[in-house]
Amino acid sequence: MSQNGPSQGWQDARLHIVTGKGGTGKTTVAAAMALALASGGQRTLLVEVEGRQGLAQLFDVPPLPYGDRKIAVPPGGGEVYALAVDAEEALLEYLDMFYRLGRAGRMLKRFGAIDFATTIAPGVRDVLLTGKVKEATTRVEKGRRAYHAVVLDAPPTGRISRFLNVTAEVAGLAKVGPIKSQAEGVAALLRSPMAAVHIVTTLEEMPVQETLDAVEDLRRLRFSLGTLIVNMTRPELLADAKVTRESLSRGLATAGLPTDQGTVGGLLREVTEHQAQLRQETRLRDELWSGARPVLELPFLSDGIDLSGLFTLAEALSEQGLHGH
Amino acid sequence: MSHDQPTPGLDLDATLADPGIRIVVCCGAGGVGKTTTAAALALRAAERHGRRTVVLTIDPARRLAQSMGLTELDNTPRPVSGVDTASGGGLDAMMLDMKRTFDDVVLTHTSREQAEEIFANPFYQAMSSTFAGTQEYMAMEKLSQLSEIDEDRGGWELIVVDTPPSRSALDFLDAPKRLATFLDSRMLRILLAPARVGGASMLRMFGASLNLFGRAMHRILGAQLLTDLSTFVASLDSMFGGFADRAARTYQVLQAKQTAFLVVATPEPDAIREAGYFAGRLAEDRMPLAGLVLNRVHAAAPGLSAERCLAAAEALAQTGAGKQAGNAAVTAEVLLLHAELVRQVRRERRIADRFRRAHPGVPVAEVPALPEDVHDLDGLRAIGAALVPG
Repeated sequence: MSQNGPSQGWQDARLHIVTGKGGTGKTTVAAAMALALASGGQRTLLVEVEGRQGLAQLFDVPPLPYGDRKIAVPPGGGEVYALAVDAEEALLEYLDMFYRLGRAGRMLKRFGAIDFATTIAPGVRDVLLTGKVKEATTRVEKGRRAYHAVVLDAPPTGRISRFLNVTAEVAGLAKVGPIKSQAEGVAALLRSPMAAVHIVTTLEEMPVQETLDAVEDLRRLRFSLGTLIVNMTRPELLADAKVTRESLSRGLATAGLPTDQGTVGGLLREVTEHQAQLRQETRLRDELWSGARPVLELPFLSDGIDLSGLFTLAEALSEQGLHGH
Repeated sequence: MSHDQPTPGLDLDATLADPGIRIVVCCGAGGVGKTTTAAALALRAAERHGRRTVVLTIDPARRLAQSMGLTELDNTPRPVSGVDTASGGGLDAMMLDMKRTFDDVVLTHTSREQAEEIFANPFYQAMSSTFAGTQEYMAMEKLSQLSEIDEDRGGWELIVVDTPPSRSALDFLDAPKRLATFLDSRMLRILLAPARVGGASMLRMFGASLNLFGRAMHRILGAQLLTDLSTFVASLDSMFGGFADRAARTYQVLQAKQTAFLVVATPEPDAIREAGYFAGRLAEDRMPLAGLVLNRVHAAAPGLSAERCLAAAEALAQTGAGKQAGNAAVTAEVLLLHAELVRQVRRERRIADRFRRAHPGVPVAEVPALPEDVHDLDGLRAIGAALVPG
């Protein structure tokens, strides 16, 4: 059914691209992934590209500068660095590399030239952003890989295909030249086993629909698919149980809890709603499994997401096969 | 709902019934239920308040779209069937086609031939589909187009608009201005008429860096691209006045008394943070914020605390075999479920209170979490009913 078999090497990818519908927690999952991949003493890099400073908020640190910065140390050793890529800075760096503009480059920035260039040709902007991600992924320091793995908190599912499909976006604009070769380099990486695109979803209708649509799109464009990650799952309490007023009243009495009509009725209503939700979740889960990609699950954390919550999620990912060793 | 009604309460029925309100804009972070809220409000305005209403959606869930008869993007409002029109109202719905709206704008400001030339330009193709903010700008453009249709020419009494799933909830407010700023940018002027720009002093100021930039552009992008670019820029220039005027007008429409903004959020940290930014920004821009719609709020049966339930569930799990064991096991799970719900309610309340404390004057309407997604008119009616107090 798919050219990417379900178990084909996503664990060994070096660039993990995390997308998902807004509200599904893709930034959280990307962060947990960077932690999981760092476990066992590795160094990983967590990258954001949308200028939202979402990583700084998540880790509760000041806004990230344009430069790799150590952001967390997982309990089992290793290091997670973070980077907020900025298209302007990436363009300056790029121009410097190819054209040695030096101070003149900074001048261009002052005159709004760079803003202009990246506005009029948004595809160019994406080439710069993904180009920087590629550079970090393949960077070598002292004869070895600078990062064991790079995790990209990518744009949401609605924009992911266009964001990754850089060659197509600039094809009409740049027919020759370094932008084109840069785009081709990125495109090759994204279609190689070195990269894996993961899609985060919750067990709700629209995110699942968008996930399946994105799988289709990405597959058609031949990107290396990773896993589908179901975020915020809850334990399947009372999935098949039939709860009656009588049995609940007796149980409550045994526990020494009130058995008045209000309490019993209120609890029964909660059970009914919960079971309706479970039925919908089961249906959606089946749809996800039919996507022919491995499905990972992460628990809902009722206390919210803080650093220890991220560690919990990272551990859950490690147990499901995503780790640094 | 089991919570106390938030103070002050948001009276959406009054907003929907008010003949002075012609536009309701639903905005907020992605994934908070903006589209559903917009559709539910529009349906309620049509059925309960007898208003001829149109809902402009950006990116509806497939089944919700189907339930409103929106099977394809066609950029034209179409009547929604199954709406109760006994009160004299009616409901039309449309999905935004961004590219087509952009094409229409170009067509209204230039000749057919020139427009064809523009459409064929690769820069136009890139910009009309991917320019950061194009979707936002076009949503606002479409809104002002719809609002300009007089009622006696088939126009609407009320337009409810959903906003695009932006990176930031504020993008659509800034998009018209950003496009205007871009079209008026120094770089654009320079590319348009290098000889004309600001005389000698300006040229000195740019000096070597501009030459370097020009040369770099040539090497990076090539001659073909620069030709395309300058043709595109030249053709845009002829339309520039029109674009800027429209952007300014749209902005005024949003500021007018006939517009009511609703910020939509869920009781999650990111969504509430965005809602807070938005409320602040609207106040800054003197735009009329009617209130906050808080979607997917959970409620738990009153009386039993989480701690008590957890302790009881643990005790019940110890109950040995025997006649009561089955009841005990099931009851323990019911209690665990309830405890989890109580904790969630507490957490949601804490998060929502951040907004209430920061924006004490903003009325709030809470919509309970539903066990299943809404995908028909009855579901929308239920949401509409939940949106109003009492």
